[in-house]
Amino acid sequence: MVAIDFGNVINEELNKKVIALSNYLSEHPLTGMIEVVPAYSSISIYFDIVSIQRIHHSRKVHQWISNELDKLACLQFADAPSNSKIIRIPVCYETEYGTDLPWIAGQKNISTDEIIRLHTSVRYRVYMLGFLPGFAYMGEADEKIIVPRKLQPQTVQAGSVGITGRQTGVYPLQSPGGWQIIGRTPLKMFDRDTDELCQVKAGDSVEFYSISKDEFENY
Amino acid sequence: MSLRIIKAGLLDTVQDLGRYGFQHLGINPGGVMDRSAAQAVNLIIGKNPGEALIEIHFPASIFLFERAAMISLGGADFSATVNGEDVPLWQPVIVAKNSILQFQKWKQGARCYLGVRETLQIEKWLGSYSTNLKAMCGGLNGRALQKDDVICFSDKYEYASWLGDKEFLILPWKADIGWNETPIDKIAFVPGNEWDHLTDDSKKRFLNEPFVIGSLADRMGYRLQTDLQVMHNGELVSSIVSFGTIQILPNGELIILMADHQTAGGYPRIGHILLAHLGVLAQNRPGDKIYFRITDWQQAEELFFKQHRHLLQLQNACKFRLEEFFNASH
Repeated sequence: MVAIDFGNVINEELNKKVIALSNYLSEHPLTGMIEVVPAYSSISIYFDIVSIQRIHHSRKVHQWISNELDKLACLQFADAPSNSKIIRIPVCYETEYGTDLPWIAGQKNISTDEIIRLHTSVRYRVYMLGFLPGFAYMGEADEKIIVPRKLQPQTVQAGSVGITGRQTGVYPLQSPGGWQIIGRTPLKMFDRDTDELCQVKAGDSVEFYSISKDEFENY
Repeated sequence: MSLRIIKAGLLDTVQDLGRYGFQHLGINPGGVMDRSAAQAVNLIIGKNPGEALIEIHFPASIFLFERAAMISLGGADFSATVNGEDVPLWQPVIVAKNSILQFQKWKQGARCYLGVRETLQIEKWLGSYSTNLKAMCGGLNGRALQKDDVICFSDKYEYASWLGDKEFLILPWKADIGWNETPIDKIAFVPGNEWDHLTDDSKKRFLNEPFVIGSLADRMGYRLQTDLQVMHNGELVSSIVSFGTIQILPNGELIILMADHQTAGGYPRIGHILLAHLGVLAQNRPGDKIYFRITDWQQAEELFFKQHRHLLQLQNACKFRLEEFFNASH
């Protein structure tokens, strides 16, 4: 695996470049490319070096790869076609599900209603998927609800909506998690029985909207 | 009716060489921990290196063969027996109908592979047989093997003429798995993006001190208890990590990501273990000591191809031996 790093920052323009290059590589795979994985500001490419050697046996595979990456760096992706979608995600923000809402309200000295209003008033960008199947790293959350990670990860239920720093995300499966939990969606973020497998992909936009406990239970 | 689990082990799962192509969705490749052992086990019984097999931890499951089969074992040594009699690693063994395969005592290593010549009736999920425990998909029902699980064989071979009235038959050749003439006493790595975040003193310690594998050492990762220091504090923006990535945690401990690692991570990446050395590492257990050795991509590539060539030779040799054996008149 090799990684192409564009810098250690969360930045929408950079992330657009990452996804454009990633889409380009998926459509124009390099020799021996197994898969390409975009992150916030970097791309990782997995290679089958046996098949590269078979074709380019006169050179060392790592030299061949590094040469290919140099060529990629010269490409421009100014107007990459976009296939991103806008996905609306229903969230029940009752404290039964949003277990950390009271704590955040105390820390930030704002009401839980205000936290919900702030969280639902932003259209988020899906920067990358990772950590768990279907877990989307989204940003940017409002400055007024910036909270740190928990010191010790705790068990988080599937569908839980969390925030930390300027990020927000939904836990698709029950898992240990360190983000502060503010609600829960009845939507299956990861579903092995659908063709897409996941509700969102990198580059998509997400809006959250509030639903009642009743709506959550009967969703 | 073919292979029945009559007692469940600690963690025995169906695996292959991993599920690639879905990491952009957060679905990690998984797959066997010791790739070279698993491939050798498949080759011994004349299968392709990437076919489904069972990865076994100790204490292991007890297996009942409801039909005759040809099997091979390799990797860790858990003192395998068929109907109470010792059977060796790295050799093909024909077992008669109603034989019981059991693992008596831990001797060495962490993960043993059980290959079966008969095709295991397991459905692929996203192109792979590997069990993804987190997503509860792949392998047998997306979980570890349990008591009363049955894995059917979808083909049948005749062994009666070789077995006679014996309960099992050990074929008289053994796979040479020593692809590296020199024993691997130090795990080799290439420096990662944040290697230079380590202080000079910590770099020196990393290259010279033994590191003890902590109690948190499983298919997800190995924790090494230490207190190395980085010059820059603070987390990085999450990026893609892989099997063999060595990360440093905020408390100075190290974590080596193993087969079931998460796809993304935000801790400084000290280095990446050579693919050719991951198998050796995967056979280490909590309490074992390891040393690291720094190297470069050139050597990483050479060692990988050396191992690869060895496996190709093994594949040819095993095919030849098996054909010779089955064609011999009785």
